[in-house]
Amino acid sequence: MSAQQTRPSRPNRRRVLTDAARAAGACAIVGLGLAKVAVDARALPAQALRPPGALPEADFLGTCIRCGLCVRDCPYDTLSLAELGVDGAATGTPFFVAREVPCEMCDDIPCVAACPTGALTAELDTIDDARMGTAVLVDEEHCLNALGLRCDVCYRVCPVIDKAITLEMRHNVRSGHHAIFMPTVHADACTGCGKCEKSCVLPEAAIKVLPVRLARGEAAEHYRLGWEEMERKGAPVVEGIIDLPDRLPGPSTDNLAAPGGYEPAFKLPGIKQ
Amino acid sequence: MSVKSQLPIAAEAIREKGWLGAHRFLILRRASQVFFLLLFLLGPWFGLWWVKGNLAGSLTFDILPLTDPFVLLQSFLAGHWPAATALTGAAIVAAVYALIGGRVYCSWVCPINPVTDAAHWLHNKLDLQKGWQPKRGTRYWVFAAVLLVSALTGTIAWEFVNPVTLLHRGLVFGFGFAWVAVVAVFLFDLVVSRRGWCAHVCPVGTFYGLLGEASVLRVSAARRADCDDCLDCFAVCPEPHVITPALRGSDGSTPLILSGDCTNCGRCIDVCAPAVFEFAHRFDSRPTPARRERNRVEVPVS
Ligand code: SF4
Ligand code: SF4
Ligand code: SF4
Ligand code: SF4
Repeated sequence: MSAQQTRPSRPNRRRVLTDAARAAGACAIVGLGLAKVAVDARALPAQALRPPGALPEADFLGTCIRCGLCVRDCPYDTLSLAELGVDGAATGTPFFVAREVPCEMCDDIPCVAACPTGALTAELDTIDDARMGTAVLVDEEHCLNALGLRCDVCYRVCPVIDKAITLEMRHNVRSGHHAIFMPTVHADACTGCGKCEKSCVLPEAAIKVLPVRLARGEAAEHYRLGWEEMERKGAPVVEGIIDLPDRLPGPSTDNLAAPGGYEPAFKLPGIKQ
Repeated sequence: MSVKSQLPIAAEAIREKGWLGAHRFLILRRASQVFFLLLFLLGPWFGLWWVKGNLAGSLTFDILPLTDPFVLLQSFLAGHWPAATALTGAAIVAAVYALIGGRVYCSWVCPINPVTDAAHWLHNKLDLQKGWQPKRGTRYWVFAAVLLVSALTGTIAWEFVNPVTLLHRGLVFGFGFAWVAVVAVFLFDLVVSRRGWCAHVCPVGTFYGLLGEASVLRVSAARRADCDDCLDCFAVCPEPHVITPALRGSDGSTPLILSGDCTNCGRCIDVCAPAVFEFAHRFDSRPTPARRERNRVEVPVS
């Protein structure tokens, strides 16, 4: 004791400084490790869908406390909490896999009502407004309807039938005289409930619900669709536009001789003009 | 050292008060840990949904919301203002622990406590070296790091690795590989650092310790004059440094253990043969003569 008291203060101060530096170093290592885990956790697997009303993933990870109350109040046992090293979603967060148990789109949305934190936002008051994902017909080469048969199952089971999925009739080029009723998803109405994926009769579903970030493209901010603009305006968008003649493909290029076109410099042998 | 300190821990107390008397709070504590775990397991095991959720957040009898305030603090720092239910739940939990001692959570509720206690028991059985003993301030650095990472990444950072909720959620909802974290904590306490996890690392304990700094329920070395220097309380206490000021204080000083680090486990009360310790409240100001000046030994405090 006394030896320590009589020692000059410098080594002590140095020790305090080294200790602080060491602690700060350890703290930085713990922090970096933890930050790495936290950032990795954002990689939500494509088949893991969040419950209705879930905030965007980055906000969700800062809000959901992983209490599982949404899981408990789901009457269809759709939801479960991700298990470490098994499910891929951030450990302890609620998710569902459409092909296993889809969301039944309860009218009273019990999962949202149960959430104490707002990670499933109470702003979702109509289940039809939920956007858990978007269905995509991922495999036209195996979808029975796309092959020209009448399976129609995904269309029939859709809780938002005729809005979220429609059957679009088109000509069956293969047979030459049948129709194809193409299941067509409309993202503005699809809730991502997963009923269609669950019900697809194929061993591996041809229609799958993907997280919106994977399912959808995005038009550039400045893109305008001429025909929509025209409809909105009720007149051509640009005044005084010159209507150029249309060119046709193939060797019969006589139409190009019209005003604004050009005369071919040579004539192809064997082609009657 | 006195002759008595060569005896096995608590031997004297068992002789004085009987085995039950010398394990009273230990038994109560284990019962409490089992009780709180069972409450959550009644639903999944027996379909009796009195309590839903887990330690991070729960709903009891469909009316009482409880939320872990530490989890909510991280969420807040991550930039989210939680909904009213979660806030109410956290306020209730915080108020209760601020009253009865924050680290009551550690010793009476936390499911990791039996794990680290088991590690400590085995550690003593195998007579292992105490290993790495971090500085007293380490837990505050870890705590600060966790809050910082939460704020920087916008996530509830500790919940990705928190062995407390991993274990509890594992038991109530399903483990996956979460048991790895539990085994890691056990091994850490067994071979890397004696009493390392709960006393030096776990930011949950640190949070509750800070929360309970001014708690009302406190252990008091009320009859410190009778202390016979057997050192058993220091041997069983998970945070032995908290005992010294109370037990070794002079006549005028308070016999209350006022450090927020004390877990109110009551084990010191159990193992003390002359019954020096008792549960008291913070405002207890009965005069307490200091320990008699005989047999003074230097107490090794790590
Ligand atoms: S809407 Fe109903 S079925 Fe879908 S996740 Fe919520 S509680 Fe479950
Ligand atoms: S109820 Fe809310 S906070 Fe709890 S696990 Fe579900 S989404 Fe997360
Ligand atoms: S996921 Fe499928 S079934 Fe559900 S709304 Fe969308 S298209 Fe309909
Ligand atoms: S002082 Fe007593 S009650 Fe407090 S932690 Fe130590 S043994 Fe437990």
